[in-house]
Amino acid sequence: MLVAVITLAAMGGVFGIILGIAGKKFAVEVDPRVESLLQVLPGANCGACGLPGCAGFAEAVVANEAKPNACAPGGASLYEKIAVILGSDVSAYEERSVAQLLCHGGLGHVRMLYRYEGIQDCHAVLKKFLGPKACNYGCVQQGSCSHVCPFGAIQMGADGLPVVDYYLCTGCNKCVVECPQQILKLVGISHLAHVRCVNTQKGKEAKANCTVACIKCKICEKNCPEDAVHVVAVGEGTVAVIDYEKCTNCGICAVKCPTKAIDNIPPLSDKVMLGIKDTNANQCLQCNVCKPAS
Amino acid sequence: MQEYFIIIISAVFINNIVLSQFLGICPFMGVSKKLSASLGMGGAVSFVLVVAGFITWALNTYLLTPLGIGYLQTIAFILVIASLVQFVEMVIKKFSPSLYKALGIYLPLITTNCAVLGVAIINIQKEFSLGKVMVHSLSHAAGFTLALVLMSGIRERLEDADIPESMRGVPIALIVAALMSISFLGFSGLI
Repeated sequence: MLVAVITLAAMGGVFGIILGIAGKKFAVEVDPRVESLLQVLPGANCGACGLPGCAGFAEAVVANEAKPNACAPGGASLYEKIAVILGSDVSAYEERSVAQLLCHGGLGHVRMLYRYEGIQDCHAVLKKFLGPKACNYGCVQQGSCSHVCPFGAIQMGADGLPVVDYYLCTGCNKCVVECPQQILKLVGISHLAHVRCVNTQKGKEAKANCTVACIKCKICEKNCPEDAVHVVAVGEGTVAVIDYEKCTNCGICAVKCPTKAIDNIPPLSDKVMLGIKDTNANQCLQCNVCKPAS
Repeated sequence: MQEYFIIIISAVFINNIVLSQFLGICPFMGVSKKLSASLGMGGAVSFVLVVAGFITWALNTYLLTPLGIGYLQTIAFILVIASLVQFVEMVIKKFSPSLYKALGIYLPLITTNCAVLGVAIINIQKEFSLGKVMVHSLSHAAGFTLALVLMSGIRERLEDADIPESMRGVPIALIVAALMSISFLGFSGLI
C-alpha cells in the first residue's frame, strides 16, 4: 500500500516537474501586436491577402512580410487601425479593386443558337457546343461567379448577366478565378470606363452575333484625348482595351462607341455619389460629354 | 517476421480499435465530419499512441512490475498519457508551429482518448516485447486513422444525401458506424 502511494506520488511529482520545466523552456513568445491585429481584422478568412486566413495575415504583417493594405475586405478604415497597432504612420491607402464583367451581351443583344436547360454551371454549359450564345467569348450566364462569391456581391440581373455590387465586392478574386470565360477582371473602383467586350473576331462577325460587341472600328482610339484606349491584338484577333493608368474617366469613348461596347459612364452626379469627386474630379477634362444635354 | 505481419493485419483490420473494439468512439463520431479534420486527428492520435505505447511499456516493465504494483496500471498510464500529451503539445508548439496549427485543436482531446489507454493496456496484457509493442501501437494507430478517414468520406457524402429530417446528423452517423462495424466483422476469418 505504502509503495503504491509513494510510487504514484513520485510519478506525479516527476511529471509535474518535467511539465513545469518544459513549460518554461518551450514557452513561445507571442507578439502582442498579433493578438490586437486579430481583433480588428474582419475574420472572414477569405484569403484575399494571399495568406492562410486572418491569423496568417496578422503574423505576416507583424513580421513585415505582408503589406498592411493587403486586406481587401477591411479597406481603408482597417488600414488605419492596423497602422495604429503597428505604430507606423498612415501612408496613402491604395485604392480597392472590384470585379468588372467584360461582357454586355445579355438576353436581347446576343443571337442565341439553342435553349439551354440543364445544370446551372458555366463550366457545364460550355461543354454543350460552347454554350447557347452565338458569341463564344462572352458570359454564358449560368452564375458560377455568383455562386462562388463569399460576400453575396454578385447577383444575376434581368438580362441574365451577373451584376457586381461594388459596395459588397471586396476584390477577393474568387469569381475571377472561377469564370471559365475569363471575362471578370479586378479593376480599381474609381475607373468607370470599361470595354465590355472581349470578342476578338472581325467587326462584321462580332456584330452579326451580338449587337453590343466591339467591332474594332477604332473610333474610341481616335477620339480618346489621353491616348488611353487602343484596339490591340489579343489571341488571334483584336479588341479594344483601355489602359486604366491613363484613363481619366472623361467618357468620350463611351459616347462615341457606335455599338455601346464601352460602358456608359455615369453622369457627374453619379460620379460624386460613387465618391469619385474627391480623387478624380480634379483630373476631369471638363469636356462635359458626361453631362446630360440641358 | 510472420508474427509481426500477423500483428499488423490483426490490429488494422480484424481488431480495429474503433470498429471492432469500440475504443476511441468520441473522436470517431466528433471529428469525422470533414476529411481534412479526420486526417489531422488521425495523425495526432497516431503520434501520441506510438509514443505512449513505448513509455507505458517501459514504465510497466521497469517500475510497476518490479515493485509488484501492477494493479496501478490504469491510473499510472492515464497519468503518463495526460502528461505526455501536454508535453508533446508544448514541444510541437515551440518547434513546429505549422504542425501545431494542424493538430492544435485535436491534441488536448487525446488526453482522455480511451483508444490510447486501450492500446497501452493491450500491449501489456499480451506481454509483447518492445519491438512488438511499437509495431502493435503503430498498426492500431493506422487502424484508427483508417476508420476515421473512411467515416469522414462517408459523412461528407451524407451531407448531400436525401435523409429524413429526424435522422440527419448524428443518428445517421451512428447507423453508418454500426454498418461499418458489421462490415469489418468480415475480416474476422482473415487469420
